[in-house]
Parts: sequence; structure tokens; C-alpha cells
Amino acid sequence: MFGILDRSHETGASEYQVPYGALKPIRPHCQKANTPTVKKTVLQNTWVEHLKRIQADQDQRAFAELFAHFAPRVKAFLMKSGASPSMAEECTQEVMATLWHKAHLFDPSRASVATWIFTIARNKKIDALRKQRRPEPENLEWGPEAEPEAADILVLQQESQQLTEAMTALPSQQRELIEKAYFGDLSHSEIAAETGLPLGTIKSRLRLALSKLRQTMK
Amino acid sequence: MNNMTQIKHHLTDQLLIGYAAGTLPEAFNLVVATHLSMCDSCRAAAQAYDAIGGAFLETDAQASMDEGALEETLALIGKGPSAAKPMAASDVPSPLGAYIGGGLGDVKWRSVGMGVRQAVLSTSKSATARLLYIPAGAAVPDHGHRGTELTLVLQGAFRDATARFAAGDVEVANEDLNHTPVAEIGEDCICLAATDAPLRFNSWIPRMAQPFLRI
Repeated sequence: MFGILDRSHETGASEYQVPYGALKPIRPHCQKANTPTVKKTVLQNTWVEHLKRIQADQDQRAFAELFAHFAPRVKAFLMKSGASPSMAEECTQEVMATLWHKAHLFDPSRASVATWIFTIARNKKIDALRKQRRPEPENLEWGPEAEPEAADILVLQQESQQLTEAMTALPSQQRELIEKAYFGDLSHSEIAAETGLPLGTIKSRLRLALSKLRQTMK
Repeated sequence: MNNMTQIKHHLTDQLLIGYAAGTLPEAFNLVVATHLSMCDSCRAAAQAYDAIGGAFLETDAQASMDEGALEETLALIGKGPSAAKPMAASDVPSPLGAYIGGGLGDVKWRSVGMGVRQAVLSTSKSATARLLYIPAGAAVPDHGHRGTELTLVLQGAFRDATARFAAGDVEVANEDLNHTPVAEIGEDCICLAATDAPLRFNSWIPRMAQPFLRI
């Protein structure tokens, strides 16, 4: 119903199936000119490189590509949450500006870019629509010598993609139920148990990453 | 705030999902954020639930942006980030520290009677957050709930009919639970509690006092 289920025309660009057209490699020189490594392909498809370019080079082109993909999604989310179109437009611009300014805080071993943007949009919803403060957990930041490991990043990004694919593959009725439960419009039932979404692996993966992080901080 | 590995009582999935989706009252968000600061397993679960939100964002409907939106956003970026508020040093997790405006020494306690003290924190009205100070060995008056009550232990420990709760533990009580939390001997107990409906004390005087105490 949202046009997300009809992906049959897509072809995978690598051995990792790309779940949706919008996530195809964007930069011209990425498009099959050379054979990308699996790792590179996965990370490019997840926008992680875009955020790095914004952070390292203030790359406006990378930002424009992220904006084209995510701003309409954030705007729709805010309108669904009750914002008028003009308010949603303004808030979305603020969300995307926050993404630029906070790009250095993005940790690809703990969240996908879509997840990270979702949290910024959610906080904007609480702040602008519900006029509340949003208490956030204490920050655990990697020290200068303890960058997240490439393998951790890869696995988390892959698992996030698998979650998105799993969600995309759900029958639309079931998906709607989960969405309603998630956003509090229905009494909650165990999302993972009901649908078999791979939440358990993500949880244990994140837990491992956090305990590593705690150790580096000691 | 040590002994993070010994946390035995965790947040429910329902609360973690509500926190990720942004549907909880502010007072509940405060308890959740404070517990997440102390508990790795709940933090990992919360981040997994964030990932569900990310997957919805990725795959849900889209709404076209106005013409010139990108240029306007770049202009907004050019104005620089909004200044982050400096955090005061604190002996409590930072989300709670921000509401106290410092550490436990800065809390403006008010007596509730029987040696128990409380401080209501300023949040949106749909639920109330407060700090409770229960002297070692003392009891919080017997009470039931009309809604949900979250009680997170910051220091010391308390027991009620259901279990023992120590630093980092959170008790999620619903209207079925009628309980008398008693602080353990040895250390005064400090808790962060949130309720989405007024507590219902089971004796006459505390009930009269409720509107004045804002609990």
C-alpha cells in the first residue's frame, strides 16, 4: 500500500540483495565500473559513507543525496504524528540540519543511518509537537583509541538491512499491526515473537558492543 | 551507581518500545533514560527498538518536500548548531542530572512524614516524576495505583511483598499491586519514581494530603 512491497523489478547489484531501489549506489563511480568488495557495497548501500563525507569534508553533494532520500520520509513521519504539512516541512529541515551538525556523533556500529535519523525525527516530534523535553541516556562515546571495529559496523549494518527486508516482506496487514503496536495505537504484543523479526540477534549484538564499550571506558 | 552487572529488575518491552517510538509521557521517559544509563541490556534492547523505527522510516510513505527545501536547509546549516547546554557535574546519570540541575546534593527535598522526603521534578502534566528519599529501615506508606508506577533505585535498596530492589533495579507496578516499599537497614534509599495517575494511599491521612503533596 505504500508502494514498498513491489520490489520484484529490482536486481541485486552484488551478492547482497539490495532491498530497495533508493538504496542503490548513488555516486557515479560506484556503479559497477569496478567490482566493489562485499563490505564496501554493503556500507555504500547503507549511507554510512555519505555521513562520513559530510563529517570529514562538509560534502554538500553527499548531503543532497541523503536529503533527497530521507527528507520526504521524515516529513511523512511527522505528518503521520500530527504535524501540519508546513510544520512538518519546517521540522524536517531542522532534522536534516541536525544530521549535518551531529554527523560526528553517528556510530555505525550501533545504528543504521535510517535508525539514527529516525531517532532525531522522533526527538523533534516530542520537542516540537508534544512540547516536551526528551531525556536521553548518558552518552557512551568511543575514546580516541577505541574506534568501533569494522566487523562490528558491518554486522550491525547488515542486520539492520535484514530487519528492513524482513519488515518489507511482511504481509501488509501484519506490518500495519506492528506499526500500530509500535506507535502505541494498539495494545502491545511481543513484536518479535509475533512476527519472527530478527530482533533477538540485534539485541545480543548491541549488548556485546556496549559491554565492549564499557570495558574501553574503564 | 556501580554494580551495573547486578541489575535484576529491568524495564518491560512495552516501556522500551514506547521510549523508542516516543509515545511515553515525559516522566516515564526520564525513568527509562536514567535506567538505560545504568543498564546495558536494556540499552541494547532500546537500540534494537530504535532500529524498528528506522525500518519503518525507510519503508513507509513519503511526502514531497517543498521546492527549494534543500537550499533552505543548507542555509539553516550555515547558521550553525544550536548551542548545547553545559552539563553540571553530577552523581546521578546525566538525564536525571539535567532535571535536578546538578546532583543529589542539589535536590530540594520536602518532608512527606515518617522521615520520608520527596522532590517533584518538572515534567509535562500527563505523568509525575519525583525523587523519594526513604531513610534506612523506613517505609513508604502502603499504597495502590490507579495507573502505572515506575520506581528506579538510585541508592540503597528497598523490599516490598514482591522482591528486593537495589541500585539500578526498576519496579514496574500496575494497579493490581498494593505495596509497602521498605528501605533496607544500612543505607538510606533514594529512588526516582514516575506515576501516570495519582497514588492511592490506603490510609485516611495520606489520602487527604495527596493533593498537597502532588503524588
